[in-house]
Amino acid sequence: MSTITSLSNLRPGSSGEVVSLQARGLARRRLLDLGLVPGTRVVALRRSPSGDPTAFFIRGATIALRREEGWEVLVQQV
Amino acid sequence: MGLTNQATGFRTLRENFLPASTGGYLVALAGNPNAGKSTVFNALTGLKQHTGNWPGKTVLQARGKFTHQGHTFTLVDLPGTYSLLANSVEEQVARDFICFGRPDVTVVVVDATCLERNLNLVLQVTETTNAVVVCLNLMDEARRKRIAIDVPLLARELGVPVVPTAARRGEGLAHLKDTIAAVATGALCPGPAPIIYDADIEAAAGQLTRQLQPLLRGRLNARWVALRLLEGDATLLQGIQQFLGVDLSEPGIKLQVKEVLV
Amino acid sequence: MAGQKTDPVLVEAQRLAGDLEDSYRDRIVAALYAQAEAIASRAVKEAPAPRREFDWRLDAILTSRLWGYPIMLALLAVVFWLTLKGANYPSALLASLLFAFQDILTSLFHRLDAPAWLHGIVVLGMYRTLAWVVAVMLPPMAIFFPLFTLLEDLGYLPRIAFNLDNFFKKAGAHGKQALTMCMGFGCNAAGVVGCRIIDSPRERLLAILTNNFSPCNGRFPTLITLAGIFMGGLLTTAAGVAAATLTVVGIILLGIVLMFFTSWLLSRTLLKGVPSSFTLELPPYRPPQVLRVIIRSVLDRTLYVLARAVLVAAPAGAFTWVLANVHLGAFSIIDHMAGWLQPLGKVVGLDGYILLAFILGLPANEIVIPILLMSYLSTGMLTEVNSLAALGEILVRHGWTWITALNVMLFSLMHWPCGTTLLTIYKETKSLKWPLLAAVIPTALGLAACFLVKLLAGLLDIVAAG
Repeated sequence: MSTITSLSNLRPGSSGEVVSLQARGLARRRLLDLGLVPGTRVVALRRSPSGDPTAFFIRGATIALRREEGWEVLVQQV
Repeated sequence: MGLTNQATGFRTLRENFLPASTGGYLVALAGNPNAGKSTVFNALTGLKQHTGNWPGKTVLQARGKFTHQGHTFTLVDLPGTYSLLANSVEEQVARDFICFGRPDVTVVVVDATCLERNLNLVLQVTETTNAVVVCLNLMDEARRKRIAIDVPLLARELGVPVVPTAARRGEGLAHLKDTIAAVATGALCPGPAPIIYDADIEAAAGQLTRQLQPLLRGRLNARWVALRLLEGDATLLQGIQQFLGVDLSEPGIKLQVKEVLV
Repeated sequence: MAGQKTDPVLVEAQRLAGDLEDSYRDRIVAALYAQAEAIASRAVKEAPAPRREFDWRLDAILTSRLWGYPIMLALLAVVFWLTLKGANYPSALLASLLFAFQDILTSLFHRLDAPAWLHGIVVLGMYRTLAWVVAVMLPPMAIFFPLFTLLEDLGYLPRIAFNLDNFFKKAGAHGKQALTMCMGFGCNAAGVVGCRIIDSPRERLLAILTNNFSPCNGRFPTLITLAGIFMGGLLTTAAGVAAATLTVVGIILLGIVLMFFTSWLLSRTLLKGVPSSFTLELPPYRPPQVLRVIIRSVLDRTLYVLARAVLVAAPAGAFTWVLANVHLGAFSIIDHMAGWLQPLGKVVGLDGYILLAFILGLPANEIVIPILLMSYLSTGMLTEVNSLAALGEILVRHGWTWITALNVMLFSLMHWPCGTTLLTIYKETKSLKWPLLAAVIPTALGLAACFLVKLLAGLLDIVAAG
C-alpha cells in the first residue's frame, strides 16, 4: 500500500519511483533531461540547511531541485 | 521554394574554425559538465588554445590545435551539456555545431564513475553522426571507487570506439589521439546501432524520413531530423533554415508532418 | 497569419499538437534512458555503493542544519586567515628586496647624471608603485587562489550554492550567483564573465550588478594593510593577527549581506521578475591533486600579478608621480585636485586625497594605496615606506584615525568597479546602462555608509565626552 506523492514531499532517506510529470513544455523537457522518466528510482538524500532545495539521487548523479520543481514530479513511494 | 543557396550558410559555420587551405581535421569535444572535458581539452591542446565566444551567443568557446601522425586537428570545446535536446542555449550551441558544423570527428567525454547518466548524451550524439569516439575519462576515480567497466563490451554495444583515459594523469591520451586520427582519416568507420522506439513512433519517423531525405540531400541525418520534428523541436527548424537554407516550415511539409502526427 | 492567434480552433489544435509532441518526447527520452540503463548495466561490473556512502555522509555534515553554515563561515575565516598570516612574511621579504633594488637604481641614475624628473618618473613613480604592488599583492594572491582552486577541485563550491540557494531565491536571484560571488573574490571581471552560467537574463544581470560586493584580490592589499595597521597592532602579536583577520572577514561578510540586499532591492524595482528554474548537480567529492594545483596556481598568479604590475601599476605610478610633482603655484596638481574633493571627503569621514586615490585607481584597485602615499608624500617628505609601521606613521600624520581606516575599508568595498570590470560588463551586456548602474550603486552605498560611520563616531564621541 504505497502512496503517490510529489517528489518535494519525499522525506530525506526515502525513495520513490517516478509515476508521471505534471509540467508541460520547457519545464517538462528539463525534468525529462534529468532522467525523471516514468519508472526511474529516485532517492531523497537531504534538504539544504535553509530548507530548500533538496538533493536527490537520480540515475547515478546527485541533483538538487527546488520545491517548485519537485512539485511537478509524481512518485510512488517505495 | 525553400532551397536557396544553402552552401554559404552551411560552409560558413565550419569555416569559422578551419581556414579552407589547411589539410586539417575538425574535432568537436562534447560531454557532461563534470566529466573532465576541460582536462581532456587542455591535455590534447596544451598551450595552443584560444578562448572566445560562440558567434552571437554569450557562451564560452575554446578551441585549440594538436598534431598527430602528420595531421593537424582543430579541437573545438563544446559547452558541457547533459543532452542535445536543445533546452538551453548551451545545448543548442552544442547541437548546432555537431549537426551543421560537420566536424570530422565528435569526441564525447564520459565520466566512468557515472556511466549510465553520461551514456544519454553519447546515444544522442551517435543518432546525429557516425564519426564518434567515446573518451571514457576519470578511470582513476573509477579505479579508486572500485568500479570496473568492460570496455570492449561497451564499444560493441555502442558501435563506436571507446578509449579509457585518466586525463588528469595523462593516461590513455596517446591512444585517444590514435583513435581520433583513425576515425578522421576514415581508417576506422564506426557503425553505431540506431535506437529503436515504439512502433508508432518508428512508423511516423519512417514516413517523415522518406520525405525529408530528398530535401536534406545527405547533409543531415534524415531520421534524426524526423524524430526531432515529432518532438516539436522548434530551434532545429530555425537551424536547418539558417545553415542549410531549407525551409521545413513550408506548408507542404507542415501538412505532411501534421498528417503523420494525427 | 493574423487570424491564427484569435482562432480558438487553431489554438486548440496547437495545444493538442503540443500535448502530442510532449508525449512523443516523453517516449523518445524514456527510450534513450532505457537504452543507456541497459548498456550501463551490462558494461559496469562492480557496485560502487560503499564509496558513494562516504560522499553522502560528508554531505550530511557539510550541508546539515547544525553544521552547514558554521562550517562555511569557518572555511571563509580559515582561508582569509591563512592568506593574511601566510602573506605577512613573504610580503615583508619582497618589500625589502625590491626597495633595496630601488636604491641600486637610484645610484645608477646618479652615476649617469640623469635629470631628477626622469629619476622621479621611472624610479619613484613607476618602479616604486610596481614594487609596492608586487610586494603587497603577490603573496596574498599566491595563497588565496590555490586555496580557492583546491576547494573547487574538491567539489565543495556547488555545496555553497546548495546551502545558500534559498536566500538567493528569496532575494529574487539565482542560486548559481553563489558561485559567481565566489569567483568575484578572485577577480571581479572574471566573476562577471562567470555570470554566463546563469541562463535567465534578469538573474544574470542581478549577478553582474552585485558582483562588485565581492572584494577582489586587488582590494585585499588595501583591506589587509589597513586592518593590519589600525586593528591588528601592526600584526606583531597573535591577537593582532586575529583582530585583523576578524576585521577583514567582517568586511567580506558585509559585502555578502549587501549583495543579497541589493539583489532583493533590484528585484523589486529595476529588475522585477520571478525566480527561474534551478537545478544543480552536486558532483562527487574528489581528492584534489594538491601539489599540481598549488604549483600551477602559484605560477599562474605570479605571472598574472607581474604582468598587471608592469602594464597597469607602473604607468599609473608614473602618471601619478607627474601629477604629484608638477606644481601650479605653491601646490602640486594632486594637491589642487584633492582640494576640490576635500569638502565631500570630509563630510563622509574620508579626505580629498583618499577620494582622489580611488578615482585615479580606476584602472586597478591595487594601486589605490600607492597613489595615496604618493599624494601624501608630495607635500614634501621623501620617506621610505617599506614597513607597516612607516606606512601607519604617514597616515596618522595626515589625520587618520581608526575610523578613517574603517571608512576607507568600507569605501574600498563599496565603490565603482575597476576599469577592466566595467569594460567587461559593457561587453557582456552590450549596453551602457548596466556598467553605469554597476558604478553608481556601490558608490552611493559607500558614501552613505562612510557618512553613517562618521556620524555614529561623532555621536559616540559626544556621549563619551559628556
